[in-house]
Amino acid sequence: MYKILKKRELNSQVTLMELDAPLIAKKAQAGQFIIFRTDEMGERVPLTIADYDRDKGTITIIFQKVGKSTMQLGLMEEGDSILDVVGPLGVPTHFGEGIKRAAVIGGGVGCAIAYPQAKALHNMGVDVDVIAGFRSKDIVILEDEMRAVASNLYITTDDGTYGTKGFVTNKLQELIDGGANYDVVIAIGPVPMMKFVCAVTKPYNIKTIVSLNPIMIDGTGMCGGCRVTVGGKVKYACVDGPDFDGFEVDFDELMRRNSAYRDDEAESKNHICRLTGGVRHA
Amino acid sequence: MPNMQNTKTPIKEQDPKVRARNFKEVCEGYTAEEAINEANRCLNCKNMPCVSGCPVGVHIPEFISKVKEGDFEGAYKVITLTNGLPAVCGRVCPQENQCEGKCVRGIKGEPVGIGRLERFCADYMVDKTADVQKPQSNGIKVAVIGSGPSGLTCAADLAKLGYEVTIFEAFHTAGGVLMYGIPEFRLPKATVQREINNLKKLGVEIKTDMVIGKTLSVDEIMGMGYKAVFIGTGAGLPNFMGIPGEGLVGVFSANEYLTRINLMKAYMADYDTPVKKFNSIAVVGGGNVAMDAARCAMRLGAEHVYVIYRRSEAEMPARREEVHHAKEEGIEFVYLTNPTEIIGDENGHVSGIKCIKMALGEAGADGRRSVTAIPDSEYVIPIDACIMSIGTSPNPLIRSTTPGLDTNRKGCLIVNEDMLTTKEGVYAGGDAVTGAATVILAMGAGKTAAKAIDEYIKSL
Repeated sequence: MYKILKKRELNSQVTLMELDAPLIAKKAQAGQFIIFRTDEMGERVPLTIADYDRDKGTITIIFQKVGKSTMQLGLMEEGDSILDVVGPLGVPTHFGEGIKRAAVIGGGVGCAIAYPQAKALHNMGVDVDVIAGFRSKDIVILEDEMRAVASNLYITTDDGTYGTKGFVTNKLQELIDGGANYDVVIAIGPVPMMKFVCAVTKPYNIKTIVSLNPIMIDGTGMCGGCRVTVGGKVKYACVDGPDFDGFEVDFDELMRRNSAYRDDEAESKNHICRLTGGVRHA
Repeated sequence: MPNMQNTKTPIKEQDPKVRARNFKEVCEGYTAEEAINEANRCLNCKNMPCVSGCPVGVHIPEFISKVKEGDFEGAYKVITLTNGLPAVCGRVCPQENQCEGKCVRGIKGEPVGIGRLERFCADYMVDKTADVQKPQSNGIKVAVIGSGPSGLTCAADLAKLGYEVTIFEAFHTAGGVLMYGIPEFRLPKATVQREINNLKKLGVEIKTDMVIGKTLSVDEIMGMGYKAVFIGTGAGLPNFMGIPGEGLVGVFSANEYLTRINLMKAYMADYDTPVKKFNSIAVVGGGNVAMDAARCAMRLGAEHVYVIYRRSEAEMPARREEVHHAKEEGIEFVYLTNPTEIIGDENGHVSGIKCIKMALGEAGADGRRSVTAIPDSEYVIPIDACIMSIGTSPNPLIRSTTPGLDTNRKGCLIVNEDMLTTKEGVYAGGDAVTGAATVILAMGAGKTAAKAIDEYIKSL
C-alpha cells in the first residue's frame, strides 16, 4: 500500500499527488515512470515520476483525469492508500554529452513529464528554454516550477487566452529562426505534438528526444503491449524507453495502437460517471 | 487384491460445447469413491519407478496407499512432505512424461492416474485446515526473486528448514505463470492462492511490486543481510516473428493476451482491464501457451480460432490432453503452415494473415524434423486478431544489473549442478536457467537449489 501524503489540484482535470514510496524515491531518475493500480479490480496504468525527494522518501505523480482509472485515482484523498505502485521503471533519460543549450517542450499534462527533464538539465548547468503549450489559460499547470528551472519560459495557448497564441511548434520555429542554437530538443506531450516537433527540428538536424506513451500492462518487458517501431526495429517502450530518438519513431503506428481500446475506455468512463459517480461499490 | 481394470477411472469434465464459452474449470475432479477405485489400481511396487519420474520426488505409492484406506488427509500430508503445490501439479504437470510415464500399469494399459489422485487429495483439503506448523526459525535470511513455481518451491523448502525467507515479486500478485499464464479453466486462481497462503503459514514473506533490477538490485538485497539469493525469474520476454504487420492493432503476444485475461481478469465485467472480443483469431505456435491462448479466445466468443503451426500434429510440443480439449472445444488446427505477413486494413487493424505451406524434412541433430517452405503456396486466412505464441526468453533486467552473473547466448543464467550461478551465494533455477520449460521442472530446480543453499550456508 502506498499512502497519498499530499494532493493538489493543478487545474480542473490535472491532479498532483505526493506518495510515500521510499524505495522508488531512492532510485528514481528523470525520464522514469511508475505503474499504479488503485485497488483489487483496477487496471495497471503507467505514470511518469514528476519529482522525487530521496530524503523524505516520496515521489510525485501528476495525472490528467481522462478515463475511469485516473478518475478513480483523482477521487482518492490525502491519507488514502493506493494498492500498488511499481517502479522506477524504464531507462532514465540520456541527454547526451556536451549540451550547452536545450529546448524542453511540454504539451498539456505532458508538462508534468517535461518539468523533471528541464530540472535535470538545469541542474547539469544547461541553458534551458521551456516551451509549454496548453489549449487555453484555465489549464496551465506548473508555471512557477517550470520558470524556476528555465532560462526562458514560453507559454503558448491554442486560443491565445494566455501567453503566445498558437502551438508549441510555432514558438519553437520562431526561436530556431531567431538563432537559438539548441543542442537537443526534448518533446513530451500528445503523440501528434511530438510528431510535429520532430517535423520542425528535422530540417536543422537538431537531436530530438521524445517520451513515448503507448499502452502498457506490466511495464517490465514481459508482454510487448507497449511495443513501438523505432528505426525500423521493434522496441518495448517500458524497458528500452520510454525515451527515443524522435526522428526514428513511427508515430502513426503509435497513434493507431493507442486508439485500440478507445470504445472500451469511453464506455467504462461513461459507466463510472453515470452510475457511481466514481465510486466502485456504490 | 488390486483393481486390475486396464483403463483409468474416468473423470468428470464439463461438456465441451458448454465449457468452450465459460472460464470454469474443465475437469471437475474425482469423487472420493472414484479416487479410492483409482488408487486401488496401484500395485505398490517396491522399486517405485513412478517416484523416479517425479522431479520433486513425491512418495507416490505411499500417498496412494493412504487414499486406498480413505485417509485423504494422511495422503495430503505425504504429498506435501516434498511438494508444496499439489493442487497445481496434479492439474498442470505433463504426467505422461513423468510419474505416469514410468508407471508399471502403463505397460499393458493406462497408468495409474497419479496426477488426478494428487489433485483429489489437495482439493479434499480445500475447506479443511491443514495443520501447517511454522518451523522454528534459525534467524538466517534468504531472498527469493520471483514467485513462480521455482521460487515458491525453493522458498517452501528453505522455510521448512527454518530459514527466514523473503520472496520479491515484480507483479502485484504472487504465483508467476500460475497466475498470469495458465488460465482459470485449467488452474483456478483461488487454488493457486490457497497454496501460496500455505507458504505464508510457513513464515515466508512475500513482497510484491518489487522489480529486482529496478526497485532493488541483487547486490542491494545481499547487502540487506540475506545470506543467499535464489533467482527464479522465469522466461517472460515474449518473442515475435519479425514479419511485416506485427505492429498492427490486434496483434498480441500470448503473454499480453493471457495476462489481461488471467491476471487482470479482463473477461470479468467488474474488472477495469479491457480485452477485445474478436471474431476470427489466429494463434501462431504449437505449445501449451498457444493452446491456452486459443481456448481463451474461444471463451471470449470468437467464431473461428485457428492454431497455425509450422510442423505437423505429431511434432506439437503441447500436451496431448490439451490439444484434445482444444479440438473438442472447436479450435481449428492449421498444420504445416507458417505466417509470412500480417495484413491490415486502412485503419491499421488486422484483417488477415498471409501464410505459406511447409514441408517436413528429416530429423536434425536435435531430433526435431526440419521444415521448409513450399514455393508459391502462399494464401491468406481472414482474421481480425493474431496472437504470437512462439516462445519466450529470459528477461535481461537482472543479468544486466548484476555484475558477475554470467548467461549463455540465449540469455539464460549459467549454473552448476547445485544451481549455483557464477556469483557467490546466488543460485538460480527454473525457466531463468533452462528457457521456457514446465512448471514441475521449475519446481524440481527450486528444490535442488534449496538443498544447495542450505549446505552452502551451513558451510559458511
